Amino acid sequence: MNSIRAFTLWSVLLCLDVAVCFATTTKVYPAPNSLHYAISNAHKGDTLVLQNGVYKEHDLVIQKKIVITGNGAAIIDAENKFQAFLIYSDSVAIQGLEIRNIGKAGMIDMAGIRIVNAKGVSINNNKLLNNNFAIYLQNASQCNILDNIIHSDFKDEVNGGNGIHAWKSDHLLIKGNTVSGHRDGIYFEFVTDSYITGNVSFSNARYGLHFMFSHDDTYSGNTFKDNGAGVAVMYSHGVIMLDNNFLQNWGEASYGLLLKEITDSKIEHNRFIKNTVGIHMEGTTRVDVLKNLFQDNGWALRVQASCSGSNFTGNNFIGNSFDVATNGTMMLNFFSHNYWDKYDGYDLDKNSIGDVPYYPVSVYSVISEKIPSAMILYHSFLTDIMDKVEKVLPTMIPDKLKDDNPVMKKLKL
Amino acid sequence: MKTIIKYVLLDLLKNKTILVYTVILAALAVSVLNMDNNNSKGLLSLLNITLLFVPIISILFSTIYFFNSVEFTELLLAQPIKRKTMLLAEYTGVAFALSIAYIAGVGIPVSIFCSGLAAFTLLVSGLFLTLIFSALALLIFVLFKDKTKGIGAAIITALFFTLLFDGLLLSFIYSFSDYPIDKPLLGLISLNPVDLGRILVLLQLDVAVMMGYSGALFKKFLGSATGSIYTIACMLFWIIIPLVISVRVFKKKDL
Repeated sequence: MNSIRAFTLWSVLLCLDVAVCFATTTKVYPAPNSLHYAISNAHKGDTLVLQNGVYKEHDLVIQKKIVITGNGAAIIDAENKFQAFLIYSDSVAIQGLEIRNIGKAGMIDMAGIRIVNAKGVSINNNKLLNNNFAIYLQNASQCNILDNIIHSDFKDEVNGGNGIHAWKSDHLLIKGNTVSGHRDGIYFEFVTDSYITGNVSFSNARYGLHFMFSHDDTYSGNTFKDNGAGVAVMYSHGVIMLDNNFLQNWGEASYGLLLKEITDSKIEHNRFIKNTVGIHMEGTTRVDVLKNLFQDNGWALRVQASCSGSNFTGNNFIGNSFDVATNGTMMLNFFSHNYWDKYDGYDLDKNSIGDVPYYPVSVYSVISEKIPSAMILYHSFLTDIMDKVEKVLPTMIPDKLKDDNPVMKKLKL
Repeated sequence: MKTIIKYVLLDLLKNKTILVYTVILAALAVSVLNMDNNNSKGLLSLLNITLLFVPIISILFSTIYFFNSVEFTELLLAQPIKRKTMLLAEYTGVAFALSIAYIAGVGIPVSIFCSGLAAFTLLVSGLFLTLIFSALALLIFVLFKDKTKGIGAAIITALFFTLLFDGLLLSFIYSFSDYPIDKPLLGLISLNPVDLGRILVLLQLDVAVMMGYSGALFKKFLGSATGSIYTIACMLFWIIIPLVISVRVFKKKDL
């Protein structure tokens, strides 16, 4: 009995040994089906080094742990008809490839790299050009998506795919990617405990970043610029947004950041510059907006009356057409210690905090919120006078929405 | 007619008010455009200045000038000159001088500090406002015999168009907010040249997005080529109609 056990152990060790010994590096050259052949002949732990050239191959199914690398000039071309990599195994790595021309289909979402039910996959330093979906994670976990360049030319909001699309995944690290020209730059649905950092998402047809039902994720140091509708965040809790840039999301239905049904989240140290609406909040609970910069926006904040328990503290409001707009008179949020460039109060006791409260909602913004047609009087002499009069004698503006401690000087953030 | 225009212009040059007006406009324009390094914002402030000052100054100055030169007019009418020619020549002289003042005061700084369609539209609408409000001044001149009454009427007209009209419009919007009033609003706005000028310029600036945000129709219609042509046609009517009426009234007026 003992000997049998020893033999089993020995053979297991031997097998492992074999596996390690035969973890070879294979060079693959462009030829019809060379990559298919290489993948199916590879053993667990092998590395395939793709030589420069165009590989017109598609539906490359990977079901074992292998590494596929290139030095940036190995091009997988799916000829606008097919999909490229389908990863079903854990710990696969794809690095330094260029994947282009993924096709479109009605039934399946074709992607450059699709990760299905796998763990620990890493996708680094690839170029994904003119694909329908670029990277598609489906029930994936602990995957790293690093430093990829993702671009698409067909700006089609209805039929286009997303740059990085993740569904029902967790513990992802998405870092240093550049995404442009897709429908949504980065799209999450049911993705939890993930970390999104240092990405640049610009000129996408719809949202730069779009996520729903994705809890406890952290977004830091990303730049979202010039996207069709900015960034939308819905139905999530525990979202942390630090140090991101929301720039130039300027259009008739564009938001820097749209929050809907968000709870217990933090928005800190972000910069909102030149958006039609800096942050639009609807049905949010306990969202802290701290130390952000709002500059040159149409509306810096639109806080609907359905929001509650939010703190707006230590933000700079500079050069916005309207600082805050709201659609009701109830206000369950707190504004304090912000800098408002339109504040014209005084500070007699020299504690650098204004002695009279600042009312950030102007009367004209109340009117135009209630009756959109009144926007035709935008920038007319009358509305300026009304704002001045209302400041002296508030009657129409929600008097509970005020900053009791407005800071006199611009805050250093 | 040319000779009369020439003498009117010479008279205005001696007057120096036009010169002061030019200098003030230039000073305002330069300071506003320099204050912000953001061109669009500078233009916006300049638009506000134009919309406030140009109508009031044009109408007041022209009215006073017309009334002051009554004797000159009467003297010339003793000569074989048609009343129509006389009136239009005087109008042309004054309007021309004010337009030159506007172009020199605002146009030169604008063309130095910023360029583009928005700056051009600002100049065009400022010019139109000058022409319109001097035409209205002419109408006031032929309708009133008394100078004080005339100046009073000029002030009221200017205030009406810069302030009161918008107030009435706002109360209209308020009382009919439950109805689809976008189209009637477009019609109503054509009744005020100041609003027309404002919208014409705003649509060229990037704040136009904010107008489109809540009232898509304004941007869609007024922002299109048809819309611009419509606006300019309306402003032309605002020059022509007061002129035609004043000529008619002046023909039969007992001097």
